[in-house]
Parts: sequence; C-alpha cells; structure tokens
Amino acid sequence: MAVFPFLVVAWIIAAGLWGLVTSRDLIHQIVCLIVVQSSTYVLLLGVGYVTGGVAPYFYDISPHAKAVDPVVQALALTDVVVEAAVTALLLSFAIQAHKRFGTLDPHDLAEFKG
Amino acid sequence: MTPRQRRWLFAIAAAGLVACYLWAFAGLPGFGHYPGPYGPEILKHAIAQTNATGVVSAINFDYRGFDTVGEEFILFTAAAGMSVVLRKLRGEREGRGEREGRAKSPYDRARNRDLPPTSDAVRMPTLALVGPVVLIGWWLAAHAQANPSGGFQGGVILATAFMLVYLSGEFLAFRRLSPVALLDCAEALGAGAFVAVGLAAVAQGLPYLDNFLPLGQVPGAVSSSGTIALISFFVGIEVAAAFTLIIGELLEQTLLVRAGGR
Repeated sequence: MAVFPFLVVAWIIAAGLWGLVTSRDLIHQIVCLIVVQSSTYVLLLGVGYVTGGVAPYFYDISPHAKAVDPVVQALALTDVVVEAAVTALLLSFAIQAHKRFGTLDPHDLAEFKG
Repeated sequence: MTPRQRRWLFAIAAAGLVACYLWAFAGLPGFGHYPGPYGPEILKHAIAQTNATGVVSAINFDYRGFDTVGEEFILFTAAAGMSVVLRKLRGEREGRGEREGRAKSPYDRARNRDLPPTSDAVRMPTLALVGPVVLIGWWLAAHAQANPSGGFQGGVILATAFMLVYLSGEFLAFRRLSPVALLDCAEALGAGAFVAVGLAAVAQGLPYLDNFLPLGQVPGAVSSSGTIALISFFVGIEVAAAFTLIIGELLEQTLLVRAGGR
C-alpha cells in the first residue's frame, strides 16, 4: 500500500509518454502532454501526505491538528495554473499549424520544414 | 525519421527514465511519512504569523509570494503570446456569418447548413447560472485566507461566467460583455497590482512582498491576513481576465475564414 501512489504516478507518466510518441494528431499530443503533467499532481500530493493528517485548513478545527504538508499543495496549485496556460498556448500553435499546412499530423508537418 | 526508428529511440530513452525513476523512488520517504522540515515548520507558525487559516494561501501569497509573481506572469505571458500567435493573418477575414450580421455563434464550416438557433431550454438555464457563478467566483477570490479558495480558483470560475454567456448562443453578447481592450486593462491591472503590493512593502523599508497590512483580530475572517487577502483579490482579477481573453481568442478563430472561402 505504501508504494501504491508512486506506482500510479509511473503509470500516468507511461501512458502519457506512449501517447506522445505514437500520436498522429497534434491536439491528441497536447492532451497526452496534459496527462504526463497530471502525474506531477499525484506525485506532489503523495510525497506530502502524512498518515492521519487533515487538509491544511484550520478555519473550524484546532490550529494544532496534524495536517498534511501545505507546501506541496501550493506547488500543485501552481502546477495547475501553468498547465492551463501552456495548454492554451500550445493549442493556438496547433491552430496556426493547421491553417498553414492543412494537417495536424506531426508526421506530415515534419515535411514542411522552413 | 520513420515511426519505427522513433519508437526505438523512445525505448532507449524510456529505459533511462525508468532507471532514474526507480533510483529516485528508492530515496523517497515512505508514503505518509513526509519528513519536512519546511512544511511542518510553516504549519507551526503560519496562523500566528499571518492570521490566515488557509495555510496553502499563506504560502502562495506570503511565504512564497515571489514564486507566485512568477507564476502569474507565466499566465500573463501565455495570454499575450496567444493573441500574437492567433492574430489575423494575411488573407483571413471575418466569417460570412459576421458580414450578414448573424454571427451569434461561431460559423459552421459546412457551407449550406443553417445554424439552428440555441433553444430556450439551453439558453434559460445558462443565463440563469451567470449570476450565481459570478457570486461564487468573487466569494472564492475573497476567501483565500479562510478556505481552500483564492484568486486562482475564483478567477477561473469568474471566467466561466463569460463562457456561459457564450454557451447560451450569444457570441456577440460575449464580445460585448468582454471587450478585448477592457480585458487587457484588467489583466495588466491585476498583474501589476500584485507587483505593486510587493513594492509598497519595499517603500516602507520592509522586504519585498512583506505582509505590512494589519492582520485583523479573528484568524480566517475576511478582514484578516493583511496582504494575503489583497493579493488574492488582484490575482482573481488577473486570472479571470486572462482566461476570458484566452477563451475569446480561441472562439474568435472559428469566426475567421480564409480568403477563398475555405
């Protein structure tokens, strides 16, 4: 049980990477990149978990209650925002690639160099 | 490179990745035994030092506020980058629907298909949801110091309100409600105000982004936590503007038709 979260991380990375390598569509590739990045959420939250800890919010509980690590949670929040921004930018590149070359297949796009 | 070669290259790189992952994995603390010391130290002092009961917000907007400035500018840059990448290219014009004054929603690609109007069953619930969504968005952006909320979460939900207007079938209403110039200003104001709050601390001889405002009496109250609540508010404005801009840019693409009517 102790290694389970980290196995999930490895599985998500592997699934995303496999999609990135085999994909024949830019949009699909961007989604695969999101999948790879999602693994970092599981990793961060898995690393910071403390057995029996509550979420680090103390509005209605004792400030001395045992809580999970708040720093990795803040990092996960940063991660989500950056992912959304990067995804939007990548999608706009995909739109322009499709406009210019009429295809979203990275294999065909490689032929349009320069 | 053929797909076959690419897969071999991937296999070699993946083997290296697996080796590194296993090596890193062996050095991880057991699940549930996070050793700290940074997180536990912050947990011990955060409430007394900032009067914020949401410790994650205290980290984002106070202890590691400088990182969040960088994070916010990534969002800012992405939104700006999108409007550059998606600018109207030579040979592009607004779609036919626009010219005929019926560009209520992005123009359908099929030439001889009429756009069915959005049904009232869709329009009424989406429009009815706009008000509550705006309220929830502001509530979240204003409660960073108390709950699992804050400017980032609230801002995204505020941007959703504009999406709902679009979903109700009114692209022009979406544009009227969110003029690009106003959004640009709001985005710049949100990002700039975050930096300005930090500089205001410097002007008083304190470290950058130091929490110089009164912390309030009750931990977690809306009036507590000083600059944390203030920064969260500005982040909310910035995120809402940035996401509405990004969504608008993407939607506008569907209105563009290339010369030659493709």
